[in-house]
Amino acid sequence: MSTDYSVEAPVVAGRLTIAQIEELVAKPMDTKPDKKFYLALTISGSALLIGAVCLLYTFYYGIGMWGNNQPVGWGFGIVNFVFWVGIGHAGTLISAILFLLRQKWRTGIARFAEAMTIFAVMCAGIFPIIHTGRPWLAGYLTPYPNQHGLWVNFTSPLVWDVFAVSVYFTVSLVFWYTGLIPDFATLRDRTTSKIKKTIYSIFSLGWRHSSRHWLHYEKAYVILAGFATPLVLSVHTIVSFDFAVSIMPGWHTTIFPPYFVAGAIFSGFAMVVTVLVFVRKIFDLQNIITIDHLEKMNKVILATGMMVGYAYSMEFFIAWYSGVQFEQFAFLNRMLGPYAWAYWTMVSCNVIFPQFFWFKKIRRSIPAMIVIVLFVNVGMWFERFVIVVTSLHRDFLPSSWGMFTPTLYDFGILLGSFGLFFTLVILFTKALPVVSIAEVKAVADGAQPTHHRGEHHD
Amino acid sequence: MTDKKIFGVTALFNEPNAIISAARKVADAGFTKWDVNSPYPIHGIDKAMKMKPSKLGIVTLIFGLSGAVLALILMYWTMSVDYPMIIGGKPYFSLPAFIPVTFEVTVIMATLSTVVAMFAFFFGLPRNSHALHDTDYMKKVSRDHYGIVIEAIDPKFDEMATLQLLKDLKPITTEIIYHPEKENYPIFEPRFIALLVGVAVVVSIGTYLMLNKLVYIVPFDWMEKQAKVIPQSGSEFFADGRGMRLPVKGTVAKGFIPYPFEGETNPKEVLSNPYFPTKENLELGQRKYLTYCSPCHGNYGDGDSRLAGQFPNPPTLHSDRGRNFSDGMIYHIITVGQNVMPSYASQVTRDERWAIVNYIRALQRAKNATDADLKLVKAE
Repeated sequence: MSTDYSVEAPVVAGRLTIAQIEELVAKPMDTKPDKKFYLALTISGSALLIGAVCLLYTFYYGIGMWGNNQPVGWGFGIVNFVFWVGIGHAGTLISAILFLLRQKWRTGIARFAEAMTIFAVMCAGIFPIIHTGRPWLAGYLTPYPNQHGLWVNFTSPLVWDVFAVSVYFTVSLVFWYTGLIPDFATLRDRTTSKIKKTIYSIFSLGWRHSSRHWLHYEKAYVILAGFATPLVLSVHTIVSFDFAVSIMPGWHTTIFPPYFVAGAIFSGFAMVVTVLVFVRKIFDLQNIITIDHLEKMNKVILATGMMVGYAYSMEFFIAWYSGVQFEQFAFLNRMLGPYAWAYWTMVSCNVIFPQFFWFKKIRRSIPAMIVIVLFVNVGMWFERFVIVVTSLHRDFLPSSWGMFTPTLYDFGILLGSFGLFFTLVILFTKALPVVSIAEVKAVADGAQPTHHRGEHHD
Repeated sequence: MTDKKIFGVTALFNEPNAIISAARKVADAGFTKWDVNSPYPIHGIDKAMKMKPSKLGIVTLIFGLSGAVLALILMYWTMSVDYPMIIGGKPYFSLPAFIPVTFEVTVIMATLSTVVAMFAFFFGLPRNSHALHDTDYMKKVSRDHYGIVIEAIDPKFDEMATLQLLKDLKPITTEIIYHPEKENYPIFEPRFIALLVGVAVVVSIGTYLMLNKLVYIVPFDWMEKQAKVIPQSGSEFFADGRGMRLPVKGTVAKGFIPYPFEGETNPKEVLSNPYFPTKENLELGQRKYLTYCSPCHGNYGDGDSRLAGQFPNPPTLHSDRGRNFSDGMIYHIITVGQNVMPSYASQVTRDERWAIVNYIRALQRAKNATDADLKLVKAE
């Protein structure tokens, strides 16, 4: 297939009419779930249960059940937190930044990516709270007037984190729900079931598809996107401050904020591709989530993967250039020390494998991209493992050196977070429109008036 | 059908260009209470309908800025006024460290206010009782049609003439919409009220149990029940029942010379007073006397405190015995104690003890003033 890059490919393939788009997207909600759905739900639900059991043990006996120790006080809890927050970033990038950049191809994937953001941030939010050891006291993290006369320390990155993640979750949820309202109205008007109609009526808030409303609605959407854009960049920046503001060798670097943000987008896009490849197949959405969209996402993965690779090498350069002995040791130790296997897993998964995306055939081949994005997911988890564990296990004093060995409970909770994520994703695919009906209708062929009479542009 | 109240007339189109030109014509006819419904926003419909640009941004601006200001005020007040603490050598008001939270609060205030203002105040939503709901018209524009609705409350509205106007626009179909006879979703429906009451009861009971019962069961009470020193009660950890360990015998605190007559009840020798009874010294002595000595010995040393009448009675400081003590002896009694009076060495510093001695001397002289003293006071 030859491609003419001067002409934009149609966003919706297969010349679907507006009504056909609606039928296609609403189909999973109109039909009863099949056996495959229950099978998938059973698998993810089991993973979730394993995590829940491990968590209950942790709550009862304390986080001594985990591999955390002195000096590695931040183990899987923080690794998983940073990993899941990173996964969330792709959704906001697709829904907000690509919206501001007028990338029409985002419409097919935005809803799903936003949902993944919300679910990923839910998974992420669990970890710092359980990592405190007494999650039922998490309310102390908020500044409220209390009997102790105490306030939270607003100069601490950990408090910034509380604000950043909770604001990010709330804004993502509001953004997502705002986008869902017209779709709820559409579903309300097409359903024949009385119960569904009541539910959709409540959630649609009585939306009437009025043009006088659309005017403000579109404005609000631009405003939300305008705020979500710096917000998404701020969230992983602040997460990186948790590390960069400390004086630990390997953490105390100014490259962390951009490096973390690039890594977040990288891992997030990989997760979106991982899930979408299956969703478009299962729900027959190949014409709405087209191979072009996947190819564009693979290009983003290639670009951000190289940014991450650049950051890896720049960290080394600065360690050498700074002349700080501890910094130099920290990085040499990453490459050659006891956790070298984790480091090289990270480098090969994040830097080497995405290079295959230079080839168009691979970018457009579903099996090849599944393999590569899975590698990226693994690699990005290991990146956080390398940052957290290798920095902590060898700090300034050799007398306080140690090793970190995760326990079964660590792995159980990690598995449980994947279980939670995929359970939510699976329920979402059956309960809500996985593609924004209104937005995709608006970019379909012939959906918009021809402004200049007689002059067609598509 | 004539007894029904008319809401408005509608016309349906199935092509975006048609709705644009139809909207233009209706706007030109001078209607104000009319609308175009479409399954998605149509480009250029705002111009065709002659709508003014959205003023939603003003809400965002006002609430965003107040979010920033509120966050800064909160951080300034908590970190610099209410509980000032120096952290990492930074000033109390450390602006760079306050920027992340200021930013986040700005974003949350701006976005939430925008969305709430838009739906609740600009649109008057949620509203499921609108006359357009559950009409064929709404079902069509929700899917793939474009419709115009002119409402009966428009001053130019006339059922026949307006319907004719719409028919002249060559729509696929026109329809007259009536107000529904009864409300679709009445708020005071018993089942809905029962639901609200039920939710309130469940939440209240849940909150009560969480805060008053759950936190006192295992493992949530482990922090409370752990082995630790509890004020006013003996320690189970050490045999002597003390929470903290005493220093090894002979331990000398840094910067302090040990008191040479420690433990002696009637020392042969005592220290001599290194301080003159200056005004400042007497004021310090008075402050410390009133704090530490007056609870037993009384404000003027008469032994008339509220402990008077107990056994042993707190003695007056104006007895002959008290007057005949040397300065060093009074200092010694404060330092090591006497009978039931404990040592005040840990509460009152050495300099303060000498100041108290001087103050007691002043009290003793005032209570037994000679004529010469009275002349001096009168002369002043």
